[in-house]
Amino acid sequence: MSTAPPPVSLPTTSAVRLVAERELRTRLRSKAYRVTTVVLVVVVVVFALVMDVVSHRDTTAHVGFTEAAAVLRTHVAGVARGLGEDVAAVDVPSEPAGRRMVASGRLDALVVGMQGSRVQVVVGRSLDARLQSTLTSAAGQLTLDRQISQLGGDPAAVASQVDQASVHVTALEPAPHFDPQRLAVGSVAGILIYLALLGTGMSVAQGVVEEKSSRVVELLLATIRPWQLMAGKVLGIGLAGLLQVAVVGVAGVLAGQLTGSLTLSVSASASVIAWLVVWFVLGFTLYSLVFAGLGALVSRQEDLGGATAPATMFLVLGYVVGISVLPSAPDQPLVAAMSLVPAFSPTLMPMRLAMGGVPLWQTLLSLALAVACVPLLVVVTGRLYRNGVVRTGAKVRLREALRAD
Amino acid sequence: MCHVETDATARLEFDRVTKRYGDLLALDGLSFDIRAGEVFGFVGSNGAGKTTAMRIALGVLAADAGEVRWAGQPVSFETRRRIGYMPEERGLYPKMRVGEQLVYLARLHGLSRAAAEVHTRTWTERLGVASRLDDDVQKLSLGNQQRVQLASALVHDPSVLVLDEPFSGLDPVAVEVMSQVLRDKADVGVPVLFSSHQLELVERICDRVGIIKAGRLVACGSVDELRGAGPEQVVVDVPGADPAWADGLPGVRMLEATGGRVLLQLDEGVDDQRVLTAALQAGAVREFGRYRPPLTELYRHVVTAEEPAPPREPVTAGGGR
Repeated sequence: MSTAPPPVSLPTTSAVRLVAERELRTRLRSKAYRVTTVVLVVVVVVFALVMDVVSHRDTTAHVGFTEAAAVLRTHVAGVARGLGEDVAAVDVPSEPAGRRMVASGRLDALVVGMQGSRVQVVVGRSLDARLQSTLTSAAGQLTLDRQISQLGGDPAAVASQVDQASVHVTALEPAPHFDPQRLAVGSVAGILIYLALLGTGMSVAQGVVEEKSSRVVELLLATIRPWQLMAGKVLGIGLAGLLQVAVVGVAGVLAGQLTGSLTLSVSASASVIAWLVVWFVLGFTLYSLVFAGLGALVSRQEDLGGATAPATMFLVLGYVVGISVLPSAPDQPLVAAMSLVPAFSPTLMPMRLAMGGVPLWQTLLSLALAVACVPLLVVVTGRLYRNGVVRTGAKVRLREALRAD
Repeated sequence: MCHVETDATARLEFDRVTKRYGDLLALDGLSFDIRAGEVFGFVGSNGAGKTTAMRIALGVLAADAGEVRWAGQPVSFETRRRIGYMPEERGLYPKMRVGEQLVYLARLHGLSRAAAEVHTRTWTERLGVASRLDDDVQKLSLGNQQRVQLASALVHDPSVLVLDEPFSGLDPVAVEVMSQVLRDKADVGVPVLFSSHQLELVERICDRVGIIKAGRLVACGSVDELRGAGPEQVVVDVPGADPAWADGLPGVRMLEATGGRVLLQLDEGVDDQRVLTAALQAGAVREFGRYRPPLTELYRHVVTAEEPAPPREPVTAGGGR
């Protein structure tokens, strides 16, 4: 008769590490993971290239002046300078030559002369609205100069006086300046973190159900505790997700910097990525716990959508509100308030932070609230998981899983 | 019934284990033990409580009362890693390679990577699935998946085996391999508990058998003990004679008659020699002997006696029996 061999101890760190390693390996090897990563990289790189083309499009208006219209030339240049429009003035030898240049597209407009206070302009199809107002102002000034001269005044002296007239503004609460570049980067960050959170969250839930439906969970729970299994799973899938977010984020910023479409400084880009990673880690921790707990309630992949709907809803809501409101109104107060709530902060905060203008206290408060939520969720979702994971068959009711022990 | 001894050898003991699922009493003070070096067959109808008992031993379910002890100590998380377990509903990751899966499970049971790899190779070779180490489990036939499942119960060199229906779905060759493995493990002092509906098999390879019904053990002992228990029955073959010769013998009841061959049940204290004398008067006796019913018959007798049909448990309770 043999006597009992010594019991086998497996420290928590080893148990969690073993589970996490398996999850990470499985994920990295899976076709779905590789394909999504490549697709996301391609999408951000293409986005950067498109932005590059758009930002380098020639916005200079080429305006030709015949000899008869030469008098308008200095006025047009002056007005354009004042309005911040790019206008290149071109002298054309004759009206027919100018018309040919308009027809061939080398000129956007040809000024042929002035009748009284009317500027005569020849264009291809229609006159660009901004160019029209530039020309109208120039004609108005020319007319004014003529009147001043007729009345015996000095148009140049009047002009310099007029130039000095301006408005001085004192803002009690200066509105933050939002760089359109950062708004674009923020939107991309929002899409990226939303996809990453949804993808990894669903992976966690699917992994839980896979173990339940294949019954392998019964073997696992005979060796390690439910929370160790849950922690290892969340950790492993989270690392795989983090890697994905980092790869895509770096690819996007690199593409932007290399093409020159992203004029954001390197430090600002780094901060966008850093915040993206911070909020992915936090958001993933929050959401994956919930996804794991809810996933443990069902036994079939088909039932998973319904079971995880509450979590998905919050995720989608935050993302949709963010992507539809923030690019046009980055400091919308309601969205700012929402972005402090842990259910929404993982999607909204990285967008706002990338767009800029977030007060420090809001950044810190949202972080503190999200972090404070983690232990609470660990307790609640751990209970859901523990009570749900060994019950197969019909869906376990939420209330039942929370109560039973 | 199955008396629980108290010596400290590596026995697995169920001591008054009780489990309720809502209104259903799944285990009702279940007590029995599996001794070191013994193959113990656990039989009973579906829903009788076999799976529930095994899952409680493995800590997958918690008992409402009573405890499972191993070597005199309540089974803890640490001792549980010494158990090799095969769940009734097979549990393996379908999309994980056979080899990686076995190494992973062995390591969760506390083995080092090197030891886990050695054991994985040993057991897959023994069970004839070594050529499939790099295939995903889902690519294997059901029979081979079953072999991998058994390998997963053995790969950490367990000191106790708890196998829920290990023979279901196996081809005859695999049944032989599996039986031999169980015997070999028992021979090195491992208590082996397994459940099965294949009673001939149980009868052939078990040292002892326990029959469970409605959460209670209703019969337990060696196959010989069980077969010898109950009222005495004799088979008498008197070719050509009218079976009516046995009618009217005091304390004797005829159970069945085929031609001149009859099966008689004797009340306690009835002298079988008087029966023989009566038979000889009816004609030439070609066969006279004690009848020992096979396990199947015994099982039917025990399980269908008295109480109504075994209870069914709710699906949400986990399919445990």
